[in-house]
Amino acid sequence: MSSPGGGEHETWPLWEVFVRASRGLSHLHAGSLHAPDAEMALRNARDLYTRRNEGVSIWVVPSSEITTSDPDEKDAFFESPKGKRYRHAGYYTEAEGVKHL
Amino acid sequence: MSETSFQVSVGEAFTAEDVAEAAEKPTEQVARYALRLGDDALILAQQLGWWVARAPELEEDVALTNIALDQLGHARAFLSYAGLAWGKTEDDLAYFRGESEFVNAQLFEQPNGDFAQTIARQFVASHFQFELYRQLQGSANATLAAIAAKALKEVDYHRDHADQWMLRLSLGTDESRRRMLRGLEVIWPFVEELFRDDELTDSLKGVAAAPSSLLEGFEKSTAAVFARCEIEIPAGFVARGGGRLGQHTEFLGHLLAEMQVLAREHPGATW
Repeated sequence: MSSPGGGEHETWPLWEVFVRASRGLSHLHAGSLHAPDAEMALRNARDLYTRRNEGVSIWVVPSSEITTSDPDEKDAFFESPKGKRYRHAGYYTEAEGVKHL
Repeated sequence: MSETSFQVSVGEAFTAEDVAEAAEKPTEQVARYALRLGDDALILAQQLGWWVARAPELEEDVALTNIALDQLGHARAFLSYAGLAWGKTEDDLAYFRGESEFVNAQLFEQPNGDFAQTIARQFVASHFQFELYRQLQGSANATLAAIAAKALKEVDYHRDHADQWMLRLSLGTDESRRRMLRGLEVIWPFVEELFRDDELTDSLKGVAAAPSSLLEGFEKSTAAVFARCEIEIPAGFVARGGGRLGQHTEFLGHLLAEMQVLAREHPGATW
């Protein structure tokens, strides 16, 4: 495309969309979209991700502002908890005389 | 994303089918009034549908098409209701009337032009319809009031969409501002017709929203946006109008030809 807005340097930035389905639940990542700014991103999110009555609240975040864990460092990040059963409540035996557990 | 992460429901809403089944037969006058509002919405929906794969971005394709479908929903309700008076369905009225039988205001048939011209038309249409439905939801006619109450919430969003784009195009680049001003120049002559009372609206006091009574609210809400856009309120040339009498600009005939051809070539076609 050679029309205005079609050049690579002119494309709208990417936003990540989080939608809360109802009161008491957390916002969940729903997907991403393009928008020229935050206000339009919210409106586009409303049109794209709540068309079927999915939500009561929307967050949008510039994708560039999200810091992600490095897939290449997966072992260092995520292997460590394995085998550390003492990090789970079920590891511990119930002490006698402790109520309401 | 797991399928259970969202609670999906269709929700309750007042539909064209409800109107066709439950509404009482309107008087001739009420039916003619409902036909006007239905034609406004139908013709606007048809114009907006053109954008479905042509907007500046995919996201905007969806936004404009959502608006088109909302308008189509309003049209279906109004036409279904009007049709009860004459033993006609919404499809009879949409597909088997000629150009001079359409009673939409001429604003709604004006061409899409570029994106800015479409936004200019949306700006006028949505601010007008917002004032219209806000008043009509208090109509003495329960069916018109119910259709208006549902449409009002949707048109409120259309108004916001148009305002947001007016701001961005007006205050964006020199080119976007030039196009926005040009779009307003093309569209504004068709504003005046929207607020003309006539014999029909005069005969429906308490039932119809008198067009002239909507002007103050329209001027106030559009002036606020013009101020933020740093644009002077357009003035000058006023189109002759006559859409409510079946007199149309050159654009409606072409639009109808495209909209009606399938139903006329293949009567009763379904899919």
